[in-house]
Amino acid sequence: MKPGFIAKNPSVLIFILILALFTLGVTLLSNAYGTGFVSTSMVKTLGKTLCLCLIAIAMDLVWGYTGILSLGHFAFFGLGGYMIGMWLMYARTREIVVSSASGALPMTPQELNDAIASQVFGVVGSSQLPSIWHFAGSLPMQLLFVVLVPGLLAFVFGWLAFRSRVTGVYLSILTQAMTLALSLYLFQNDSGLRGNNGLSGLQNIPGVTAGQDALSVWFLWASAVALGLGYVLSAFIVSGKFGSVMRGIRDDEARVRFLGYSVETYKLFVFTLTAVIAALAGALYYPQAGIINPAEMSTVASIYLAVWVAIGGRGRLYGAVIGAAFVSIISTWFTGGRVPNINLGFYTINWVDWWQVLLGLSFVLVTLFAPRGLSGLIDLIDGLRAPKRGGDPLGPDDGALQEKEAEA
Amino acid sequence: MRSFLLALTAGLCLLSVPAAVPAFAQDTTPPAAETAPPSGLAKVIADNADAISRPSRQTIGPVVDAIGASGDPGTVTFLQAWGARQLGLRKSDGAIFRLSPSPEGFALADPVTGADAGTAPKSDITEIKPNAGVQGLIASALVRFQLSDPDPAKRRAALDTLARRGSAENLEPLLESIDDEPDPAIKAQKQRVAGLMTITHGATPEARIAAIESFGGDMALDFRAALNPILATTRKVFTGAPEGNVAAELKPGQSGFSAENAYAVLVADGLAPKRLTRTDQRAALESHIENGMVGGVPVAALNDPVQRDRAYTVLEAAGDVPAAATDDEVATLVAAHRYADIYNEPDSAVTDAARNALKSVSVKVGAMQGLDLGLDALSLASIYFLAAIGLAITFGVMRVINMAHGEFITMGAYTGYVVQQHITDYTLSIIVALPLAFAVTFAAGVAMERLVIRYLYKRPLETLLATFGISIALQQVFKNIFGTQARPLTAPGWLDGAWSLNDIVSISYIRIAIFVLALIFLAVFLFIMNRTRLGLEVRAVTQNPSMAASMGINPDRINMLCFGLGSGIAGIAGVAIGLFAKVTSELGSEYIVQSFMTVVVGGVGNIWGTLAGATLVGFLQKGIEWFNPSNTLAAQTYMILFIIIFIQFRPRGIIALRGRAAGD
Amino acid sequence: MSALLEVTGISVSFDGFKAINNLSFEIGPAELRAVIGPNGAGKTTFMDIVTGKTRPDEGRVLWGEKSINLLKLNEAQIAREGVGRKFQRPTVFEDQTVTENLMMALKARRNPFSVLFWRPSGEDHARVAAVAKQVGLGDQLDRKSGELSHGQKQWLEIGMLLAQEPRLLLVDEPAAGMTLAEREQTTALLVELSKTRAVVVVEHDMEFVRRLDCRVTVLHEGSVLAEGSLDHVTSDPKVIEVYLGR
Repeated sequence: MKPGFIAKNPSVLIFILILALFTLGVTLLSNAYGTGFVSTSMVKTLGKTLCLCLIAIAMDLVWGYTGILSLGHFAFFGLGGYMIGMWLMYARTREIVVSSASGALPMTPQELNDAIASQVFGVVGSSQLPSIWHFAGSLPMQLLFVVLVPGLLAFVFGWLAFRSRVTGVYLSILTQAMTLALSLYLFQNDSGLRGNNGLSGLQNIPGVTAGQDALSVWFLWASAVALGLGYVLSAFIVSGKFGSVMRGIRDDEARVRFLGYSVETYKLFVFTLTAVIAALAGALYYPQAGIINPAEMSTVASIYLAVWVAIGGRGRLYGAVIGAAFVSIISTWFTGGRVPNINLGFYTINWVDWWQVLLGLSFVLVTLFAPRGLSGLIDLIDGLRAPKRGGDPLGPDDGALQEKEAEA
Repeated sequence: MRSFLLALTAGLCLLSVPAAVPAFAQDTTPPAAETAPPSGLAKVIADNADAISRPSRQTIGPVVDAIGASGDPGTVTFLQAWGARQLGLRKSDGAIFRLSPSPEGFALADPVTGADAGTAPKSDITEIKPNAGVQGLIASALVRFQLSDPDPAKRRAALDTLARRGSAENLEPLLESIDDEPDPAIKAQKQRVAGLMTITHGATPEARIAAIESFGGDMALDFRAALNPILATTRKVFTGAPEGNVAAELKPGQSGFSAENAYAVLVADGLAPKRLTRTDQRAALESHIENGMVGGVPVAALNDPVQRDRAYTVLEAAGDVPAAATDDEVATLVAAHRYADIYNEPDSAVTDAARNALKSVSVKVGAMQGLDLGLDALSLASIYFLAAIGLAITFGVMRVINMAHGEFITMGAYTGYVVQQHITDYTLSIIVALPLAFAVTFAAGVAMERLVIRYLYKRPLETLLATFGISIALQQVFKNIFGTQARPLTAPGWLDGAWSLNDIVSISYIRIAIFVLALIFLAVFLFIMNRTRLGLEVRAVTQNPSMAASMGINPDRINMLCFGLGSGIAGIAGVAIGLFAKVTSELGSEYIVQSFMTVVVGGVGNIWGTLAGATLVGFLQKGIEWFNPSNTLAAQTYMILFIIIFIQFRPRGIIALRGRAAGD
Repeated sequence: MSALLEVTGISVSFDGFKAINNLSFEIGPAELRAVIGPNGAGKTTFMDIVTGKTRPDEGRVLWGEKSINLLKLNEAQIAREGVGRKFQRPTVFEDQTVTENLMMALKARRNPFSVLFWRPSGEDHARVAAVAKQVGLGDQLDRKSGELSHGQKQWLEIGMLLAQEPRLLLVDEPAAGMTLAEREQTTALLVELSKTRAVVVVEHDMEFVRRLDCRVTVLHEGSVLAEGSLDHVTSDPKVIEVYLGR
């Protein structure tokens, strides 16, 4: 990076600083390394939230900057989780099988494999290890798959979709269909990934004896590092001419084409790159969640992702982070039953039941009244005021920013 | 009095056929002779009380025949009671009664007339319990009576019993009863059942072949069910040439019959020892561990299959473990035998006839299955069409993606449910529910358009997200109001059941109703669009909103009406879908993606496109399900994949607007 | 003088309507050409075909010394070959500053990886500043282009075109919405540019065309009606009939 990068993007420095302080603070308050003020499950929630912030950044790159409303990025997130989950589950089961082996003879590789297979797949009535688990015993291979499998899927899908110039809502629907197809596929018992049972026990890391207290903090660190790196990388991408082209594609892709840029290649590049970022976020998320199943990859999840970015304010990286963090923490708060019920006399509003309604409606309100989302607040703090302009889009394309949405 | 005379005549007849009367019948004194002279059936029963009370398959035949021949009207009830183990023998005098439980033990009734005969303590009665074989004989004797019973319903029931499990001895009485059958429908049915039974139980191969051929290309299930057992095979091993009625000779190594399979057949026939499995080998090795070594191989090294084999060979040589067949031995054994599937039916002429008949039937059956699949697909297509047509209006005409469309469908279904809570007559409730669902969802649609969507025109992606927000809010509201469990929405009785052409092609009336509903919608839509002022204005606004506005059309009003219309149709679709699907808060979201697919595949802005899209998606899904019927999830996956690829070649759908008007 | 762009016998129809009908056109490497014609004559469609936006049903479009078939290339590739286009309505990236707009247009490698790691050198900044100055936006470099006036956007777009350094410029109604002084400036610029490259100007305004003082091609109903100097074509009875009506 050139020295001018940080100077030109002060938000990067501020972001990294806040992230570091946050991580340090949580560490010092954790059970394992500090006062124990923050419970281990809370540390896990925070670590997961950091992963969600990372995928929100990916979504912001693809939607906020490039104008592609992808409803498929949670599928990549889930795939990343599945890929790492395969290793976690396989290696963990191997440890259990080896330690509980009863026979007098040491196991042959075949016997070991069969024992693991019947442990892992007994639940779907199979004792055969599917061929896609061939490399499940190898961490480096599965880590490679975390990047390769979602990346390749995104590449092939994107190539097909962008090549035929599917844009706007058509593309959204197509990505939604892709997500649905993938989750339906994974719901089958013979998909080789345990059907609707999904992969479980992922919170136990094979070969690590430390307890969940310490593990949760380690994962928080890893998630923070990933988020920091992701933020810097994204800031680097959007700050230069590449960012200009991305925004140009969002607002008026035909014009970009006439400037000689191959819009399809750029979209494919961004789509694939963000898919990989999403997959990495997923690979960090699911060991903290402990379980992954196909329901996680529903199309609804991907739309939530767009909702976070929109609530945070699209087209700026910190907006995505704020949106994801805000919504997922508030959501945990509400659905955890910790918000007092409101008694209206004739009806008691139980927030566990009504939170979804509140979220949906507040999302509508944000779309209507605050196109800049929560980061509009940051602008206020900054003392910046958007000039009064109409609400016209800045370009003819569906994904174009509205004037009110754009940074002042 | 008349029955008495009849019984008397029957009794005389019986006497005139001495061969049918068992020899020991004469030396039993009639027990109730003093009160009423036993005659007819009562006499037969009294004569054979001993045989009846201790029946065995060997001795009972003549008795059953005698009872059958008595011609008494009480015969059927007697046989039924006997077969159902309801008879008992009074120990004191050896008389037989029909029993029923009573406080004193048993209530007794005359076995023939059913007249009350007092009670008896349990200790005085021996219950008569014929075994299964005897019951079978009794049942087939019953059949003979039932087949010529004056009540047609009973004759039909008897025929059904025969068709399901007729045995060889039923064939004769069945054939005899055909000529006297007064009812032509039952007569035809009797002939059919007789034919089917002849296929299986016919006396000569010629008769059976003739029976098979008499059915021609009949596609009914019962015919195929009669043929299939004839073609059942057993896999057998031969040292020489295969014997018997050979279906096919199998060569080890051919597809579906590996050398392993062949060896398994040999093992099953006891011609070869079982192969040593890895589990057995492991157990054998484990039981011979000495000083950490097995057969000279250290235990630690035994995680390698090669080492295990070596250790086992050593043990084998020492005679400590049974010898295991080596691969060479297996190969030799397999090669030394011949394998064939042999028909259980010995006569090859019969099996040939059956095979040919099945082949010609299967072609027709295939065609009919195709037709049935087509009907299924058509019905699925009309469901998708119903679900998508509202979406097509909002998306096609206004370029607005309504993610809450699915919730409008749900809303319609719940409206139907609520109506049924208040109106118990199902027909009436559906008639009320359809317009009411339209009204409710129309209002909801208009409200949504006024409050949210009109501020987001030309921002389709924001509309998508905002309507998604409404969708999740609505879904949760439904959950809070109606709970998570499925609510019933019951179809009126006249929609129950199915229309069926034959055993293969059938379709339920609800699906036909939905198909008709889809046609009505198509017609109404076409009428509104092409024949009314509203349609004209809608088309104008679709093609050029600003031009339309300058011609005095209020685009706001048109958009509002369009949205209301689209939503209202979703509500009606919801009632229709709710009739056969579970009404839950997630009902609509299960259809939403398919509805989008339908609109996108069909092409935007054209009702025929939606129709084509629904047809394609419906037929495609059914077609894929047909390839892999066990797995509807996979079918949906592949269908979506197909659509993604389809979009590659026709990005604007099947029926696309072309040229500059299409815009971007 | 061999032609830079050679369009032969192209036709295209939309739903039965023949927008271009057997049209042929040729322009040399350093030539200014005005294309005039009434509404619906096919001027915009003609540009769409040359820039790859619309595929003709038949005909050939050959480009440059190597006679490359432009019909086989997509819009981006055609633009990279050196065909620049200015739209009728000013289309600039309103969310981005003047500098960013110009930097994006600046002649450089266009593939994603080069672009990703591309950082402007001092030379690039100087070039952007020079172009901005040339189109009168020298002091507006850091403003968002959405805030510029209509005329300034027109100029910015012309500036982007210049930064692209195309060999052929297709300019659609450049004078629309410009003041008299700006028109004169535009005329001078176009004439100046045509000394080193081919420039095709589509225009309605006869006065503006007269100022350009160049060969004129008259389109009517999708084909060439007349070609020559302005005086030559305006005296052509067919042209008079088309323009003044029967």
